[in-house]
Amino acid sequence: MREALRDAMAEEMRRDEAVLVMGEDVAVFQGAFKVTEGLLDEFGERRVRDTPISENTIVGAGIGAAMGGLRPIVELMTVNFSLLALDQIINHAAAIPYMFNGQARVPMVVRMPGGGGHQLGPTHSHSLEALFLQVPGLLVACPSTPADGKALLKAAIRDDNPVIFIEHESLYGARGEVPDTAEDGSLALRFGEAAVRREGGDVTIVGILKMAHIAEDAARVLADEHKVEAEVIDPRTLRPLDLDTILESVRKTNRAVIVEEGWPHGGVGANLATLITEQAFDHLDAPVQRVTGADVHMPYSRRLEQAAMPHEEHVVKAALAALEGSI
Amino acid sequence: MAVLPDAATCYELLARMALIRRFEEEAGRQYQRAKAGGFLHLAIGEEATIVGTTSVMRDEDYLIGTYRTHGHAIARGTDPKRVMAELFGRVDGTSGGRGGSMHIFDGERRFMGGYGIVGGNLPIAAGLALSADYKGEDAVTVCMFGDGASNTGNFGETMNLAALWSLPVLFLVENNLYGMGTAVERHSAQTDLSKKAEGYGISGHRIDGMDVLAVRESVAEGIRLAREERRPTLIEAFTYRYRGHSAADPEVYREREEVEEWQEKDPIESFARRCVEAGVLGEREVQEVRDKADAAVVAAVEFADASDEPPLDTLYENLYVLDSDAWYAVDERSPEPHRGEHEGEMPDAARELAEAGAAYAAQQDDGSRPNPAVDGDAELGVEPEVSEEVEDIVPPAQQRRGES
Repeated sequence: MREALRDAMAEEMRRDEAVLVMGEDVAVFQGAFKVTEGLLDEFGERRVRDTPISENTIVGAGIGAAMGGLRPIVELMTVNFSLLALDQIINHAAAIPYMFNGQARVPMVVRMPGGGGHQLGPTHSHSLEALFLQVPGLLVACPSTPADGKALLKAAIRDDNPVIFIEHESLYGARGEVPDTAEDGSLALRFGEAAVRREGGDVTIVGILKMAHIAEDAARVLADEHKVEAEVIDPRTLRPLDLDTILESVRKTNRAVIVEEGWPHGGVGANLATLITEQAFDHLDAPVQRVTGADVHMPYSRRLEQAAMPHEEHVVKAALAALEGSI
Repeated sequence: MAVLPDAATCYELLARMALIRRFEEEAGRQYQRAKAGGFLHLAIGEEATIVGTTSVMRDEDYLIGTYRTHGHAIARGTDPKRVMAELFGRVDGTSGGRGGSMHIFDGERRFMGGYGIVGGNLPIAAGLALSADYKGEDAVTVCMFGDGASNTGNFGETMNLAALWSLPVLFLVENNLYGMGTAVERHSAQTDLSKKAEGYGISGHRIDGMDVLAVRESVAEGIRLAREERRPTLIEAFTYRYRGHSAADPEVYREREEVEEWQEKDPIESFARRCVEAGVLGEREVQEVRDKADAAVVAAVEFADASDEPPLDTLYENLYVLDSDAWYAVDERSPEPHRGEHEGEMPDAARELAEAGAAYAAQQDDGSRPNPAVDGDAELGVEPEVSEEVEDIVPPAQQRRGES
């Protein structure tokens, strides 16, 4: 995954002089998670810029640069630090095109890795997709495979809207086929196109980021041990959301399970469950099930941390509950 | 004291300042009539700082300001008609009625916006300067902000970044002595604001912001340093707003005498007097400037009044860029909008809501304004001249000051 993301940036930087990368430790250190490895060597300090630890100002400078005609990629070291930049992200990046009635554009990508599982405790393990999903004016991407990561990041860089690009720390080492897009610079993926990872007729399981993989694992267990065929969907972007694909699946399976790592209240699953209930109520044979992270701050202890995160068994249980609860 | 420039320049400086003064006075009146809504922050008294600055900027230079920027746009050349229409929330406003008084914008004249969040414009100024520098352009960014903004984290962060990256930017604090109702000595440990960026390697100095020529001289040098030497500077201009922080400010934090004392140094009167005394302008020209400002502002109100309300089906316009070279577009994805989803569903569901809202707004539109003292909301409220009710319930702080 990390190489796919780096290649996406490098290819777009080669293609378009207006693209630059800025963030804490992105240049000399080559990125806290080594995603920007090699960029400084190829593109130099003008286009790959280390910044001070000033999240709000880094994002704000990205906004100004974008308004001035550049296409900045701003890396925030982790999702948690984006909380220091929310003023610039929400009050400025998201609002500017609208409040100035289209006279200004903010073609900026803010990349940030998040998620739990590395014993980093309460301030370094957040999943804040739902927070950004709520803000009109932003696009939100949450890729789960290297191929999607590369295609979506290229798409994000070329988009004229501000994009929140959420990466999962546990997926940086993920391996997978990545179609070669360098030759003609063409793009294979649009924002707002979900992927059906596995087809099935009994229950629809929607998962994002690392939970897209957990959802697939659970589907295998459901098939092997319970004779249940689950359809697994990865939305890939939350704004825009490919609700059509999800609804189509729910109309077929009549049951839905949504898996995310974030908090339950006002979460991605809460939003999606409402949309499904509003628009496919008549097709549902059971209440929509949600599997989320625990409603606590991520504890440090490995045992407690794992207890606070969704696992395959939770998803299996939720799917079986949806089947048992059928009316 | 700076030497007077040629007659044409003096005339232009005086005309811009007079136009802003008249515009702001009229905006205040229109706010009282409930033609303009929200918060209204007037720059009456601060005209020399604004016009002195813009008068030495090139067309290609960027200007970025705060929520008190009707005058900045006008000084940059934006038609006062369009600014007034924005205050009225009309379709011909600078932002088509999306932004209002606090968010004036004119991209054509590189006035990159008024911003409602104190200190929020500082990082963006650094970014604009970065874009010019990156592209090898000559443009300088002038970033104006208030004394209160010098206390925000953005101030320190942006000074550091601007100095670190040698950005072509000039920072100008419009120090009107109060961050809303809190005096500088009560909100800043370092009251010499020009020194506040020294630790970042940005030198600063203080100027008389009521003297348009002093502002010109100093800003011209600051712009030169930014353009030619890539050296950001910080200028602290002393100025004064005659009116409250917003049109809703009962002004319990300052004495009437203080306001009057500053009014004696009025930037427009003093400059006009000097021009006449030096024989550069005649009384007739000074009067002509006033008459033209009057006429322009009358025309602005007429224009704004005649401009249409924004059509309800434009509610979602420009939330996203849909016509970009990129291949993503919100409405491509789902031709049948889903209720409750987001921008894709727009016009129909939104129109219902908006119509209900508009009907409600019409009921409320009886020209009255909420009273801050009665409603207990410090930001909402009335103009000083209708402050009889306010005086009945002055906060304890002022009672004490009044007694001492």
